[in-house]
Order: sequence, then C-alpha cells, then structure tokens
Amino acid sequence: MITIQLFLTFAKIGLFAFGGGYAILPLIEKEVVYGTHWLTHSEFLNVVTISQLTPGPIAINAATFVGYKEGGIPGAIFSTLGVCLPSMILVLIVIRFLKKFETNEVVNRVIKGLRPAVIALIASAAYSIISGGGISDIKGAGIAIISFLLIRTKKIDPILVLILSGVSGIVLYML
Amino acid sequence: MTDKDSSRLKLLLSLFSVFFKIGAFTWGGGYAMLPLIKNEVVEKKRWISSDDFIDGIAVSQSLPGAIAVNTATFVGHKICGKLGSLVATAGAVLPSVITIIIVAMFFLQFKDLKVVQSFFRGANPAIAALILSSVLDLGKSALKNRQDIIISIGLLLLLIYFDIHPILAIIISAILGIILKR
Repeated sequence: MITIQLFLTFAKIGLFAFGGGYAILPLIEKEVVYGTHWLTHSEFLNVVTISQLTPGPIAINAATFVGYKEGGIPGAIFSTLGVCLPSMILVLIVIRFLKKFETNEVVNRVIKGLRPAVIALIASAAYSIISGGGISDIKGAGIAIISFLLIRTKKIDPILVLILSGVSGIVLYML
Repeated sequence: MTDKDSSRLKLLLSLFSVFFKIGAFTWGGGYAMLPLIKNEVVEKKRWISSDDFIDGIAVSQSLPGAIAVNTATFVGHKICGKLGSLVATAGAVLPSVITIIIVAMFFLQFKDLKVVQSFFRGANPAIAALILSSVLDLGKSALKNRQDIIISIGLLLLLIYFDIHPILAIIISAILGIILKR
C-alpha cells in the first residue's frame, strides 16, 4: 500500500525535522531519493525549487509533491498528514507540561546541542546540490555566483532571484 | 444549536480563515510566517497574549516539524482546545497542499519540455546560492563559540564523507548537548 508507505516515511521525516526549512532537506533527500527512490536527485532539486516558488513550508510542499507523484491525491494527503502529525502530537503533549518543559535542564541542553547540527545539515544540503549536478556547467556556476552576490549585497528577495535565474536558464540554454 | 455552540463554530471558522490567509500569502515557511501570525492572533483578534505567543514560538522551535504547523497547533489549542489545533493547522497547510497539487499536475505533464528543463537548470544553481547564504546568516547566530563550530564542521564531514544518516547527526548533537552544554 503506497499510501501507508508514504504516510510512514513522511512521519519519520516529521519526527526528526529539527531546525525547520533547509535543515530538513538532507533528511528528505536521504529518505525519498536514496531510501525509497520516489524521486531522482534532479527531481528532488526541482521539488526544492518549486517549494521555494510556492507558499508554505518546504517540508509540507515536498510531502505533498512526492505524495501526489507516487499516489495521486490520496498519496498527497497521507504524506502531508504524516509529516504534520508527529510534531502536532508533540506540541499538544508539551502544552500540558509547558513550564516544566521550558525549565527542564536536559531539554535546554538538547536544544543548544542541536544548533551545530542544524548548520551542518544546511551546509550539507548545499554541498549535495552542488556536487549532485545542480550546477552543471560554467553557465550554472555563473548564475550561482551572481545570485549569491545579489542575495548577500543587494538583499534582493530570494523569490525574485529564483525567477530571474530560471528566466536566465531559459535564455542561456534555449537560445 | 445553542448560542454557545454557534459562537464556538464561528470561532473555529475564524481560526481557520486566519491561518488559511497566512498559509496562502507567506513564502518560505516558518520564520516568515511568525510576524504575520502574531499580527493576526495577538494584535488584531486578541486571541492570545504576547507572552503566550512567545511561549508558543519557543515550543515550536524546540520541537521537530515545520514551525508553521507547530505554531498553528499551539495557538489553535490556546483558543479552542484540540479541535482548535486541528482547524488552525489545516488552515495553515491547505493553501500549500492545494497549490502544490496543481503545480505537480502541470509539472509532471510538462517536465520534459525544453523550456521547463531550462528554467530549472537556471534556477537550481540559485537554490544552492540561497542555501549557502542561509548557512552564513544562521551560522553567525547559532554557533556561539569554538566548541559549536568544531562540532558543526565535524558533523558536516560525517554527513558528506561518511554519508551518515541525518537522523544520526541529530542524535549525536543532542547527546553532545547533554554532555557539554550547561
């Protein structure tokens, strides 16, 4: 049953998705590209790009996309439920013990301890995109460098940078 | 239906539409959503106090999962219990689910077109740039001392060269946190 597999895989992703956003990418890649082979590496990259261009969290967007591709609309629903449920349940449990949770020594140490891992995970996501063919030639390298400079120095909206890069891709690779 | 039921239903509908609106108009998820959620639920609707909202963010960030989902679950619960959690989360998530299903339909249909492939070939390097940029931004605030930097580089090497599972990297750093942090 593909819907149950989708649900369980994304529940596992949801349970260990610390740090939010890009930090979740290596986990999704590991499970969905190398574990279950639901996406190729280049499809995975396309999904990341699509989730940046559409509203909503990356984890939800990736779950819905993969679920839809593998199992149609039921697949999309079950994957998304899977990725949401673990954290919803944990939040509801923590609400009951809010004061104890916030002042618990072990919890605070774990939260501080996770910070270096979150940075390492995001950096490894960038490495995987570059080494996995996300930058395929000198034109791609040029787009990456210009985008980086636009984001860092001009503080241009990332979505605008993405659209401009995509349009540059059409110009550079089609004409 | 009693008056109490109908006011509860109104509250749930209002909760759904507030989170639906936030979900539909924020790109980039979590951190981009927090100011909008605060504006709606603390300032406009006055459903919860600013202090409660800050508690909610702290919980959302320390637990796994999308921050938008966690915050919606927390705020929903404050306002209307478990049902409120479900309704707020559904509201926050549905716009992305609907958008992605529509995009996926078109993408899977047209992904072999040269124009679509060229678009992604151009956009993918920019994603690498975006992610690298966020490493710099987050690294500055999250890595507090030399110990953090060494652990972070060590985990990165383990992830890249030894191909360890990201869950293992999370577990290692949690254990190191318990041993080393105070």
